[in-house]
Amino acid sequence: MSEAGWLVDHLVDIAFWACALTAVATGVLVFVVDSMARATYALATSFVATGGALLLMQQSYLGVVVVLMMVMEMAVMAVYMVMFMGMNPALMPMSMVHSHRAAIGVAVAVFVALGSGAVLVPWPERRGAPSPDVTEALGNAIMESHMLVMMVVGPVMVATIVVGVLLSSSRTRYDRMGDDLDRRPTDPPEERR
Amino acid sequence: MADVLAALAGSSGVLLATLLLAWTASASYVVATGRPGGDALLHAPRETARLLRQRRRTTLSADRLLWRGSGWSLLLVAALLVALVPWGGSALLPGSLGVVWANTLDIVVWALVWLLGWGANSVVGLVGGYRFLALALAYELPLMFALVAPALAAGSLDLAVVADAQGTLWYAVWMPVAFAAYLLGVLGFAVLGPLAAPAGPETGSGVLAELSGPDLLVVDAGRYALLGAGAAVAVPLFLGGGAGPWLPGAAWVLLKALLLTAALAWVAGRLPVLRVHRLMEPLWTVWLPLVVVQDLVVAVVVVAGR
Repeated sequence: MSEAGWLVDHLVDIAFWACALTAVATGVLVFVVDSMARATYALATSFVATGGALLLMQQSYLGVVVVLMMVMEMAVMAVYMVMFMGMNPALMPMSMVHSHRAAIGVAVAVFVALGSGAVLVPWPERRGAPSPDVTEALGNAIMESHMLVMMVVGPVMVATIVVGVLLSSSRTRYDRMGDDLDRRPTDPPEERR
Repeated sequence: MADVLAALAGSSGVLLATLLLAWTASASYVVATGRPGGDALLHAPRETARLLRQRRRTTLSADRLLWRGSGWSLLLVAALLVALVPWGGSALLPGSLGVVWANTLDIVVWALVWLLGWGANSVVGLVGGYRFLALALAYELPLMFALVAPALAAGSLDLAVVADAQGTLWYAVWMPVAFAAYLLGVLGFAVLGPLAAPAGPETGSGVLAELSGPDLLVVDAGRYALLGAGAAVAVPLFLGGGAGPWLPGAAWVLLKALLLTAALAWVAGRLPVLRVHRLMEPLWTVWLPLVVVQDLVVAVVVVAGR
């Protein structure tokens, strides 16, 4: 009875530590595996575990959005990684690290600095109570007090995406239908003159 | 103890509903291709029996973990989607963020289908996987903005609240563009009908090319289940949830989900497969702005109704 009671009392703690350890372990796996797909989805698993940890901190919206965005992002990232590295699916194992002595040094230093910061900093006592609906509070913050940040970040991101696509695309509608979009579409496009 | 029993009963109910929806989708899809109804109903059990006896094929240096893992996870995603649906008030996985969770689950399909194509270590599989991601970018944004509309009108991301907020005028009626964009997205993540190019015959079945036996069975079942699960989530989002005369709420949810699944699968089976590289442009330059205008209309209605 007492053991079961202890388990129930610490269920959230256990789940949190499981998420945290999974996040770190799969994060390490990114550099251990020898395939791009495995590295990408190890990273995705790490982010999903981070989302789980956020869920356990009762930041439900942030947690689910981390899972949503990161799975989507990793799916696209895998394509770019393979595209730029030119790797055949599973036939050609390749190392996922380069200049790894320096990288390990930097990574360990950053981890220790951030980790010790989180552990050693005297956290302030909580003042006030959390909003009853943290999702709504987050939405209000984004749309009211932090509106300026969002209005700046939004256009910058869209511009980055549009420019990135334009630079990498060889077949846009302007190639197929002319500069004024008034030609009959040709597919594949005519050679540029 | 009672909690555990209730959870077990709920889980079995969700699994049964998922399989029933998948069966309905497959039968309706087969009817649409011109086969008679009785034959179509037997299609799923017959395929199951055939594939269960088939020997498992494998390819050289396949990434088994990712390949098999992704194929077998499709059914799980479908079941989780069904678990989000409030059956007459209570869902197996209730939550204040059901709409966002539904969206997250359909994004997980991005990873699964690409991995299915990648893991086989086969050219056609890889082509299918890449086609799916290109397609996913095209259908997902309209789908995401379509999910905004019912949440905005109900003022909540909770599927049960969205269902209850509709009253007699279902969201499907006055948000037709959002409803259509959602259903197109369902066909996209089920890789069926007009959006079936990643598994299309012109690339030797694409992501399905190297699958056989039980591995092919679970992927095919998963695709039909995803169509059914997407339709089931549309019931609280757009079709008034459990609202209806005479029958209890849960029966109405199931009935609406089955009818929508059958209709959607039939339409999907009648339509030709669309070419992937021609879809991005119309879906992002025409369809996406239309869906955003739909959101604007809903927002204006909400503000004006205050």
